[in-house]
Amino acid sequence: MKLLAVKRSLLLGVALAAMMPLCHAEQTINLMQRGTGDMGVVVERATGSLQIIEHSSDTSLASVEGLGDLSHASVVFSRDERYAYVFGRDGGLNKVDILNASIDQRLMQAGNSIGGAISADGKLVAVSNYEPGGVRIFDSTTLELLVDIPANYGDGQTSKVVGLVDAPGNQFVFSLYEANETWIADVSDVSEPVITRFEDVGAAPYDGLISPDGRYYIAGLFGEDGLALLDLWYPEKGMRKILEGYAEHDETLPVYKMPHLEGWAIAGNLAFLPAVGQHKVLVVDTRDWTQIDSIDVIGQPVFVMARPGGRQVWVNFAVPDNKYIQIIDTEMRSVVRQLEPGPGVLHMEFSARGEEVWLSVRDEDRLDIYNTDTLERTASLPARKPSGIFFTQRAHRGGL
Amino acid sequence: MPVNFSRTTSVLALLILMQCMPQAAFADDVSNKRKQELAYLLDQDCGSCHGLTLKGGLGSPLTAEALRGKPSGYLFAVIRDGVPGTPMPPWSALLDDDDIRWIVQLLRNQGTLQ
Repeated sequence: MKLLAVKRSLLLGVALAAMMPLCHAEQTINLMQRGTGDMGVVVERATGSLQIIEHSSDTSLASVEGLGDLSHASVVFSRDERYAYVFGRDGGLNKVDILNASIDQRLMQAGNSIGGAISADGKLVAVSNYEPGGVRIFDSTTLELLVDIPANYGDGQTSKVVGLVDAPGNQFVFSLYEANETWIADVSDVSEPVITRFEDVGAAPYDGLISPDGRYYIAGLFGEDGLALLDLWYPEKGMRKILEGYAEHDETLPVYKMPHLEGWAIAGNLAFLPAVGQHKVLVVDTRDWTQIDSIDVIGQPVFVMARPGGRQVWVNFAVPDNKYIQIIDTEMRSVVRQLEPGPGVLHMEFSARGEEVWLSVRDEDRLDIYNTDTLERTASLPARKPSGIFFTQRAHRGGL
Repeated sequence: MPVNFSRTTSVLALLILMQCMPQAAFADDVSNKRKQELAYLLDQDCGSCHGLTLKGGLGSPLTAEALRGKPSGYLFAVIRDGVPGTPMPPWSALLDDDDIRWIVQLLRNQGTLQ
């Protein structure tokens, strides 16, 4: 990191010397003269900083400080893959220029927030908030507040919002944790947002995800064994429960970290989802949304992510099993390899074509990079209490 | 028992050290190590639901102010047994009673410790 910092300041020196008479904007563009398609960011949760990395030769390029409370932070990218929108726990919305390694804009938009999404056309950034409960939608260029959607329900109550995703047609879909509802906000005309509400979708939706084609939204339920499914091609049909009673014959185990429904672990017609309170990964046939199998794993799954191509599914776990990764072969539908990167494996991110995966190993302040064919570690980088890893390729995938 | 013997030895060593170091602030090494582990767990693992700064998230805020008026016995029971019907799990499988008492104390003394 120190070396890199030196390298950057050298670059800065060269750029400044070369461009003295030029304006500020041009200086910044020349700081890192490269494409961004192989770049990414790593959230350093305890220090409120972001590490900027590249995965062509697996190096750290720079660090950005001063982003506030980044516990549970998530990131989306502008469609030109230059800006990372970083959603902090403390309600901070940061727009980070990854070429310039600087904060382009930052605002405190709420008291306590959980995640965000960017619209299909790239013009709107939405943030889901716990406090005040609701969704706020901003202009992605200026961060001007355009739409405020309080998550009001019942008799004047307000709910925490979870599972916010972008959907085709400049829609955002999200769920209300206390209200047991899922809402679609259609902001194709941002001056007249249209909200569609689905009530009684199931007990305590805790997260949501959307299929890569943007058709199906699924809310995970904490309060019951099952998930709620919405077909966005036919929203008028409403939401329905799937996988009801998936755990009714098993003892419910304590969940020391809530599973995350991020992305969509899908292989052929099969989707792989974390069970809640079961040390299992559920296998679902996406043609009729029935459970066809469950795979025993070592702990409570947190992220269940398919390697691009769908041959493997990688799983990490809640405390006390968070030092392991298990790799499922999607054809055999069983665990074929267990890795032990170290304590606090919080997140993983595959390169777009899936040949490598990055893991954050929080308690050892390290990022590990694995070759997904050999399953060997190929490199490690230092990072301070790393959590989420986000590559710019996400800019071109819906629902992340 | 070898364990008792080594503990006695370390207590003796401690007493001897204390002669030379009047400020001797450290007690038993093992429990200090455990305290560090528990403080880390509070920050990182409790923090994943309650926020790294304990100002709340999916879980309630756990700041000293938010906990004012809540009896320590109640906090102890919530950590040990969880809250059924909510994501708060029972921690008794991972933490013993002494651990939980110390976490309650840590929560109570936020801002006054360190």
